Amino acid sequence: MNDKLKNLSRGIIDVSPLMIPVFPFGIIYGVIGMELGIGAYMTVGLSIIIFGGASQIVLLQLFSGGASSLVTLSSVAAVNSRHLLYGAVLSEYLSKLKITWKIILSYVMVDQAFAVSNTYFKKNKKNKNKHYHLLGAGFTCWTIWQISTVLGIVLGSIVPEELGLSFTISLTFLALLISDFRKFKNVVVMFISGIVATIGFNTIPFKAYIIVAALSALVIATIITQIETQKK
Amino acid sequence: MHWSLILYCGAITFLTRFSMIFLLKKDVFNNKTKKILSYVPAAIFPAIIFPPIFLDKSGSLDLENNPKILAAIFAIIVGYLSKNIVATIFAGLITYWFLIFVI
Repeated sequence: MNDKLKNLSRGIIDVSPLMIPVFPFGIIYGVIGMELGIGAYMTVGLSIIIFGGASQIVLLQLFSGGASSLVTLSSVAAVNSRHLLYGAVLSEYLSKLKITWKIILSYVMVDQAFAVSNTYFKKNKKNKNKHYHLLGAGFTCWTIWQISTVLGIVLGSIVPEELGLSFTISLTFLALLISDFRKFKNVVVMFISGIVATIGFNTIPFKAYIIVAALSALVIATIITQIETQKK
Repeated sequence: MHWSLILYCGAITFLTRFSMIFLLKKDVFNNKTKKILSYVPAAIFPAIIFPPIFLDKSGSLDLENNPKILAAIFAIIVGYLSKNIVATIFAGLITYWFLIFVI
C-alpha cells in the first residue's frame, strides 16, 4: 500500500474506538441546540465552524443565559487553551509542512485526534508522511461529529422536554473527567472550579462565572505545581 | 444568536489550535507549563457541570430533594469504577430518570 494511504488508514483505525463516546455526545449537542431554539442550520453551523464539543456547549449555555459576546468569547477561549499544549507538543513533527497543511491539520486537531496521533508520531518520527495519520484521525472525528449532530437535530424535534436532557450536558463533561477522579490534586482543582462557578453564577457580573472559576482553579493548579517542583 | 459570534468563536478555537503549530519549530513549553495546562479540563469543566446541578431555575441553591445531585454522585461512582465514559453518562441519566419518574 502507498505510504500516505497507510498512514491515513492507520489514523482512522487508531481513533475509531475513541468515537464511541463522541457519537452520543454529538447527538446530545444536536438535541440541545434544537431545545434552545437556535435552529437546525445554526446547530450544524456551529459543528462545522467551531468543531469542538466543549466550545459549542459553552457557547450555547452562555448564549441561553444571556451572556455578552465578550464574555462568551473569552470563555470559549479559556475552554480552548488546552489546544495550545497540543499544538506545542505536535509542532516539532509538523514544522516542515506547508502552511496549507498546518491550517488543515489545525482545524481537525481535536482531543481524540491529538491523543492518537501524538502517540503515533513519537513512534514514527522518521516517517515523512506521518502527518496523514493526523489527517485520517482528525477527519474521522469530524465526520462522526457532523453525523451525530444531524442525528441529534432530528431527534431533538421528537424527544420530549420532560426527559431533562439538558442534564446530560453536566453528565457528559463529568464523564470527560473520569481519568481525573483518581488524582487527588485534580479533584481539588475540580472542586475549586465548581464551587466558584456555583457561587459566582449569580454574583459575578456579565455571566463571567466560567472564566472566573477556571482562572481561580488554574491559580490553585499553578500553586500545586509550584509546591511540587520545589519539593524535588 | 448571531452568526458573527459563531464565526468569532470558530476563529478563536482555530487560533488556539493553529498558533503553536504555526509559531513553534519544536516544543518549547517547559514541564511546569505543561503540567499546569494539563489541569485545564479539570479547571474548566466543573464550571460547566456544577451550576446546572446545584442551582434551580431561579438560580438559588437547591440541595434538598435534588435528583441531579444524587444522579451525579452515582455517575461519579460508576465513572470511578468503570473508567468508561458512556457507562458514566448512562448511569447518571438512568438514575435521574428513575428518581424523577419512578420515585
